[in-house]
Amino acid sequence: MALRELKVCLLGDTGVGKSSIVWRFVEDSFDPNINPTIGASFMTKTVQYQNELHKFLIWDTAGQERFRALAPMYYRGSAAAIIVYDITKEETFSTLKNWVKELRQHGPPNIVVAIAGNKCDLNDVREVMEKDAKDYADSIHAIFVETSAKNAININELFIEISRRIPSTDTNPASSGKGFKLRRQPSVTKRSCC
Amino acid sequence: MAADVHKKKSWEVSNGSLVPGDGQHTERSESPTPGLAQGTEPGAGQEGAMFVHTRSYEDLTSPEDGAAAVRSPEERRGEPAEQSSMEQISKDFSELSTQLTGMALDLDEEMRAGKEGKLEPSPQTTRRDSVLSGKEEEDVTMDAWRLHRKHVFVLSEAGKPVYSRYGSEEALSSTMGVMMALVSFLEAEKNAIRSIHADGYKVVFVRRSPLVLVAVARTRQSEQEIAHELLYIYYQILSLLTWTQLNHIFQQKQNYDLRRLLAGSERITDNLLDLMAHDPSFLMGAVRCLPLAASVRDAVSSSLQQAKAKSLVFSILLSGNQLVSLVRKKDQFLHPIDLHLLFNLISSSSSFREGEAWTPICLPKFNSSGFFHAHISYLEQEMDLCLLLVSTDREDFFTVSDCKRRFQERLRRRGVQHALHEALRTPFYSVAQVGIPDLRHFIYKSKSSGLFTSPEIEAPYVQEEEKERLLGLYQYLHSRAHNSSRPLKNIYFTGPRENLLAWVTNAFELYVCYSPLGTKAGAINAVNKLMKWIRKEEDRLFILTPQTY
Repeated sequence: MALRELKVCLLGDTGVGKSSIVWRFVEDSFDPNINPTIGASFMTKTVQYQNELHKFLIWDTAGQERFRALAPMYYRGSAAAIIVYDITKEETFSTLKNWVKELRQHGPPNIVVAIAGNKCDLNDVREVMEKDAKDYADSIHAIFVETSAKNAININELFIEISRRIPSTDTNPASSGKGFKLRRQPSVTKRSCC
Repeated sequence: MAADVHKKKSWEVSNGSLVPGDGQHTERSESPTPGLAQGTEPGAGQEGAMFVHTRSYEDLTSPEDGAAAVRSPEERRGEPAEQSSMEQISKDFSELSTQLTGMALDLDEEMRAGKEGKLEPSPQTTRRDSVLSGKEEEDVTMDAWRLHRKHVFVLSEAGKPVYSRYGSEEALSSTMGVMMALVSFLEAEKNAIRSIHADGYKVVFVRRSPLVLVAVARTRQSEQEIAHELLYIYYQILSLLTWTQLNHIFQQKQNYDLRRLLAGSERITDNLLDLMAHDPSFLMGAVRCLPLAASVRDAVSSSLQQAKAKSLVFSILLSGNQLVSLVRKKDQFLHPIDLHLLFNLISSSSSFREGEAWTPICLPKFNSSGFFHAHISYLEQEMDLCLLLVSTDREDFFTVSDCKRRFQERLRRRGVQHALHEALRTPFYSVAQVGIPDLRHFIYKSKSSGLFTSPEIEAPYVQEEEKERLLGLYQYLHSRAHNSSRPLKNIYFTGPRENLLAWVTNAFELYVCYSPLGTKAGAINAVNKLMKWIRKEEDRLFILTPQTY
């Protein structure tokens, strides 16, 4: 069976649940007292998709301001970006829109964008309407799901949808696994790290 | 931006090379006790040191660029022979006991104060566990807030709050304003405020432009030690931002709210303050090694050494806050402060437990202007064994990650994993192993290697506050031994609850706690026996053969 490596990065405000989504996907576990990610964290998981094996190389980035400038290092060469917001916090949705803008300007041209409205188990304190987010996602042709890492809702579905959207190997060699090597991407601007 | 490892910095020792200075070797060649000259004491590395040589504790507290100007008290006094023979020591002790009555009274008083201190409610610690809210806010107008034993505040020169150990920075902005006013008021007179002593409190100021650090403490620490802790906090902030970036920010905008950039790092700073109250590493300015059979450690070190990459500068294996192995690039030395900051970073966050972390980190004592990139991962999920690979290249993640894989593979092939697991099961040794009945606890530091060893703290220091009291006693002995105006080499104190001894030479520092029933003669005999034991066990307790790539 053919093995494809897919580089995926998670972006979004601090505390929206990026790491929790990754943990649920990779380890199928959840820690309510998870500490904020420092820098970025790398994990992999291989899943079968149709007649291929998809090895997800997942870069879980830190949402804090001081790591902001590191993000290009991770979305460069990514096949997909999952941008996460917290449905109980309006401002995390505005941050998400900024990430979309940045990806459109500086990200790889064919990057698959997925929008995940996390913490959908906290429906009673919801601040972002599902319809608003869905409309926005449609307007930018992004995948949209509401997820709950805590209750394992839509986490696997999110990654399956990414597998589905990624162009197959023969039509787009650019996203075929080799792209994950950070070195291959010439850095355009000399950014400082933070 | 990779840290420039070749850049010469002020931490270089004054002899102009990066090699740790060999102390006072030449001056001391006629020392009557060559067996204890620096570099030959128990725990001294056989092939040079791993760390930047810190000549003395005073090195740590001196302003970093004026390091050369500050000389250790031994040097300053041009003191001749070192007393090492046991006869000499006992003679010294009898002299000391008459000389130091004033000091002993003082200590007695301090100890009594400690007893009274016990009546106070134990400090309430509100942890900042939630990812979202950052911290649980504590009401700064409440008495409970005032009762904390040590407050730490960081503010910008514009008087803006940057960090407060307890309570929210916003609620404290007027308090911090007053602090800045005090600093400015004295600076207007071309003067500098260092501390205020009032009502059992010490208010200590450390000025490191563009930041001001203030501690309000009612611990028994000396002003110098509190300032030392504040410096650690300053270095902690630098390790997140670099000195260059910090200065750049405030040059651009004087009233910048630095909390924005430090968001999420409060727990790292909180953890550092807690660690400093419990772990003698910070007081000693040294690093503790995991007790490990020399053959196992050598196998681990050479596996680590072989799993190298071009961009790697340091490979560090640690367990808890103990060092298992450290391999460094030739001619590059780590400073104990930088290693302490790395230990703290790892112990402050559970986020390294899963996956492989890749994060920029500045090692301020090595080079405060740039970032290294650290690959941080635990070797096995259930095992407390964390591997830290420090690289100069932020794009080199996969190469460095492969080094980890190669290291683990070699470890497996050498078959030392089992022995390593065993060692991790007993990360501390019992003082009973030394075989001295009256001996309760000790700290022994080898100055040339920058390593120290210390047994597990056992009964009667079981309760948390008892442990802190013991560390407090060591802190007190340490501050006496390193008092800049009147340093002491030997201290013996008979107290109601324990007898204490401190012995500081050019080669080592030894702090010992005995049961209160022993005699001074017994204590001195015990020191002799203890030193022999440490010598016998040194290849297990220390890293004697540090490796380089």
